[in-house]
Amino acid sequence: MSLEHFKNRNIGTQHYTTIDVGHTPVGAMQTFTQVAKRTVKGELFVGLWVTLREMINALFKGDMATVKYPFEKLPISPRYRAIHDMLRLLESGSYRCIGCGLCEKICISNCISMDTRYDENQRKEVSEYTINFGRCIFCGYCAEVCPELAIVHGPRYENASEQRAGFSLFEDMLTPIDKLNLQQEYDGFGAISPNADDNIKKTPLAY
Amino acid sequence: MEITLVETLPQAIHEVTAVGVIIKAVIILAVISAIAGFGTYIERKVLAFMQRRLGPMHVGPYGLLQIAADGIKLFTKEDIVPQNANKFIFMVAPIITAATAFIALSAVPVFPDFTIPEFVPLLGGVFVPSIASDINVGVLFVLGMMAAGLYGPLLAGMSQANKWGIIGSARTAIQFLSYEVVTGLSILAPIMLVGSLSFVDFNNAQSGGIGSWLIWQQPVAFVLFLIAGFAETNRTPFDLLEHEAEVVSGYATEYSGMRWGMFFIGEYANMITVAIIASVVFLGGYDADCTLGWLFIILKIAFFFFLMLWVRASWPHVRPDQLMWLCWKVLMPIAVVNIVITAIVMMV
Ligand code: SF4
Ligand code: SF4
Repeated sequence: MSLEHFKNRNIGTQHYTTIDVGHTPVGAMQTFTQVAKRTVKGELFVGLWVTLREMINALFKGDMATVKYPFEKLPISPRYRAIHDMLRLLESGSYRCIGCGLCEKICISNCISMDTRYDENQRKEVSEYTINFGRCIFCGYCAEVCPELAIVHGPRYENASEQRAGFSLFEDMLTPIDKLNLQQEYDGFGAISPNADDNIKKTPLAY
Repeated sequence: MEITLVETLPQAIHEVTAVGVIIKAVIILAVISAIAGFGTYIERKVLAFMQRRLGPMHVGPYGLLQIAADGIKLFTKEDIVPQNANKFIFMVAPIITAATAFIALSAVPVFPDFTIPEFVPLLGGVFVPSIASDINVGVLFVLGMMAAGLYGPLLAGMSQANKWGIIGSARTAIQFLSYEVVTGLSILAPIMLVGSLSFVDFNNAQSGGIGSWLIWQQPVAFVLFLIAGFAETNRTPFDLLEHEAEVVSGYATEYSGMRWGMFFIGEYANMITVAIIASVVFLGGYDADCTLGWLFIILKIAFFFFLMLWVRASWPHVRPDQLMWLCWKVLMPIAVVNIVITAIVMMV
């Protein structure tokens, strides 16, 4: 069953089939017949066979469902919203954030706090940027609003901590410059759609 | 003269002495407790495999030392006695379960008989029998003892001033009233065929290979006894006494630490006892003459033990009223009919 089937909430359009459960026995004679039938029919052995089959499959055919979590992990969806990442421009290696402050503004739990200043070239640079992950609800609005695809959600979901407040600094979230070639674009909230190129229209400059 | 010497010697050696019986008792106690502990491991593993899980994996190789970890936990846990409980009965009840389970084991054959080699100091030359006490009403004694073991849950549930405990003990009474008739009646037919209540006689009656096993003559009695045995050891599908989904933990709700552990050991010892009875009475038992016979009975017991776990993984459990319905309205009539047919066949 695919994701679309699960998400379909329009009751009546799905292909449900009713299982034939037989009819409830009426009267002593029918009850007795049912009991007698079930006694000799061996339905219970079908149940035994099912569990034995699962055991054989699990032991000898590697059909084990257990994931030994800290040692092996299931792949997560690329749209998963975990601890944020700050991406860099692939060409120049400088960070994408332009310090517009939109993410700080939109954050519904007020957990982004940032400050900007002019650098020596009179360009705006981020001087301070922290996210309090104790407050963040991972709604993804910051990633969606960001005009530069700078702040995105990353794949790190193991964020249990001993304190309620857990701050992350800009530098911590920024892709390390030596790992730039490994930087992944984010497919979730705020990402450009796959057919973005087709949708771009030329901005008329002259009237 | 030499010939008489050779003839009398084995008899002198094979005399059952008090020391031998005590050694046997210690062996049963030690080995069955160990197997009961190991049984919890096996149960968790088998259930896990049947649900495509791994089971205990991280304490020791393949989680084998999990038993030790559990043991340490049980022994060091605080022994809580609830405020309003009847303290004496509350503390004695688990001992009833564990003790009766082991007393029942004293009359069934466990392990081959052997003589301690001469070089062992003090005990050298002592003959250790396979049955701690080969009484001539063995079957009756074992079934009676296992039935008496249900006083454990009954008293435990009533003494602990807890509503789940009360429900648990009420269900114990129901279960007790239901299966006991079936156990007795189902095993009556094989007893009629063999004409004895001693396990040794049962074993000797079936010593002629697989064809002489009583299961071929008494398949109905075998199935009935197995069903009643599941109820007797309160295993799924008859684990009404402590079904977590309905009555928290039933009679064991207020128990902690080693007192709870004693219920557990009792339950596992009972499982082994039922497995032994089923193997000896219906599946040919042991062959005392060769070592392979003992290997076979261990395999048979292991099969029944596995069957109990297998059934637990496969089948849902029944309601108390369904259990009574099953035992009184279905199994008991079948057992009676079986006895009548057996009697007619024997007379003709
Ligand atoms: S995910 Fe939502 S709550 Fe978290 S920082 Fe972004 S906007 Fe704020
Ligand atoms: S991360 Fe994006 S939205 Fe936030 S300040 Fe930088 S560019 Fe603006």
